[in-house]
Amino acid sequence: MSQVLTTLFAPGFFANGPVRAAVVVGAVVALVTGAVGVFTVIRSQAFAGHALGEVGSAGGSLAFLSGTNPLWGYMGIAVVAAGLMEVLGLHRPRARDVATGLVLGAGLGFAALFLYLDTVSSSTTGVTVTILFGSLFTISQPMLPSIVALSAIVLVVIASCYRMLLLSSLSPELAAVRGVPVRVVAIAYLAIMAVAVSLAAETIGTILATALLVGPPAAALRLTKRPGGAMVVAGLIGVAAVWIGIVLAYDSFYWPPVDHGWPVSFFVVAMVFVFYLGAGVVAAAGRARRNRRMGTLPAMGESGCEPHVDADAA
Amino acid sequence: MFSGFMVNTWIAATMVAVIAGVVGFFVVLRGSAFAAHAIPHGSFGGAAGAVLIGANTILGLGIFAVGGALGIGWLSRRGRHDVATALALVLMLGLGALFLSFSVEYAAAVYSLLFGEVLGVPADELLPMAGLGLACVVAVAVMYRPLLLTSITPEVAEARGVRPGRIETGFLLVVALASTMTVPVVGVLLMFSLMIGPAATARSFTSSPLRAIGLSVAIALAIVWFGIAIAYLTNYPVGFFVGTLGAVSYGCARIWTARRRTRTVAVVTEAVPLAAR
Repeated sequence: MSQVLTTLFAPGFFANGPVRAAVVVGAVVALVTGAVGVFTVIRSQAFAGHALGEVGSAGGSLAFLSGTNPLWGYMGIAVVAAGLMEVLGLHRPRARDVATGLVLGAGLGFAALFLYLDTVSSSTTGVTVTILFGSLFTISQPMLPSIVALSAIVLVVIASCYRMLLLSSLSPELAAVRGVPVRVVAIAYLAIMAVAVSLAAETIGTILATALLVGPPAAALRLTKRPGGAMVVAGLIGVAAVWIGIVLAYDSFYWPPVDHGWPVSFFVVAMVFVFYLGAGVVAAAGRARRNRRMGTLPAMGESGCEPHVDADAA
Repeated sequence: MFSGFMVNTWIAATMVAVIAGVVGFFVVLRGSAFAAHAIPHGSFGGAAGAVLIGANTILGLGIFAVGGALGIGWLSRRGRHDVATALALVLMLGLGALFLSFSVEYAAAVYSLLFGEVLGVPADELLPMAGLGLACVVAVAVMYRPLLLTSITPEVAEARGVRPGRIETGFLLVVALASTMTVPVVGVLLMFSLMIGPAATARSFTSSPLRAIGLSVAIALAIVWFGIAIAYLTNYPVGFFVGTLGAVSYGCARIWTARRRTRTVAVVTEAVPLAAR
């Protein structure tokens, strides 16, 4: 038993401070992005989600320049960018796409400027890599309480406007008829997404923020059609991907070439992708099983001109 | 500003602006800004891999860009388009992070790949750039009619026997080609900004496709030339000027069209009582 444990978890895994912080923060962030991301996928706002993370890096580099806490830099810029996207994008989907692109382009422009100034002022080029790629293993411990508190706030807000959000995501017209302020809900959701994404981008890097916001929810929505259930499944998939990624990254110090750890971002992204493809396979198998039980091909059942098939199934 | 190594810069930037203006028109028209961001950004991972094994950077960029375009096409046949794009992007960037972690002295090159190093283009990169750029323009010219049809009236296109899936993949490959050519010179950010800002600006001035393409190229050229000139004079990164100028030009266009619309409305409301009389 202990031998299995030591092959799975390399020595010192559980005693390592940064690893423990990574396990906690990674799980919290995966739960939040999983819950928020289900609506991102339903509302087709993956581009906006990714863009907010990248634009947030401008805030991160500005905060680095001015010496304030990067988390507030990320969050401030991301919320401002979300507002701009909503103002420019109005209602049409294609205008939204262009608006997101324009905000992203301008935001990256500012990131270029601030990162350049960072590099000039501190004469290190590593800032670019740290801010853009991030690492789970470099989370500053004093930030833990604010990360957890912010995550709780995001989850509470999502839970309290769950029904309004769901209705206006699935059918804006019906929501408007029912008296839901669709525009306000859209702005509020974008702001919540900005907070969640910048939280993730600051702690685990822009790549992982996008991967966790989109991958686990998309996989969960392939497995279950109920949004509430999908949120739970997405959170679980996200936590699993992050934890497996952390274990593999820690173990990789002992892989060839020895004493060179592989980046945790790579493992987590790979796990997210595997879960997404796996969910597709499971969903396809489920559909095939249901069709076999019905004793018909879906096309024939839908055409309704084969009455004896229905009798068979009954 | 126009001597020595700067000559190459001006030539390269001009080529980039022309390609970005042409391809960008269709990016904006088709609403595929996310793919236009993901393909150049993800191809950056290929450059990191090429550096790691000592291969040609352009080759690595090209393989990742084309792989990304095909991957987005393949994944979006089985799921949502934006989810497919996001997953392809993070997968390529994850590989990039992996390659990057193995090559230590690469950190400075990351900045230039992302944000461009337009002031210092080697002369031997100009010819392959011109070749790839020409291929891009030819591909867009060949696909011009089906591209327009599938973007504006998908139903009519399908009735005419155009396969939207193939056109989409073909278009993504054009974006991949354009990225391969431009990313080593101007970086991920500049390429993306140049595809979105000028084309979106041009589209709000005219609805004729050819005129919009021409205007979009002209605006892209103006932004790039202006950006390089200021960057040369002030020493600040060119990516900042190009990225913000694109958004500023679109903002001006929106204000201009909004004012024109209110003026038209005013003219109409003045004209109506006259007609009623």
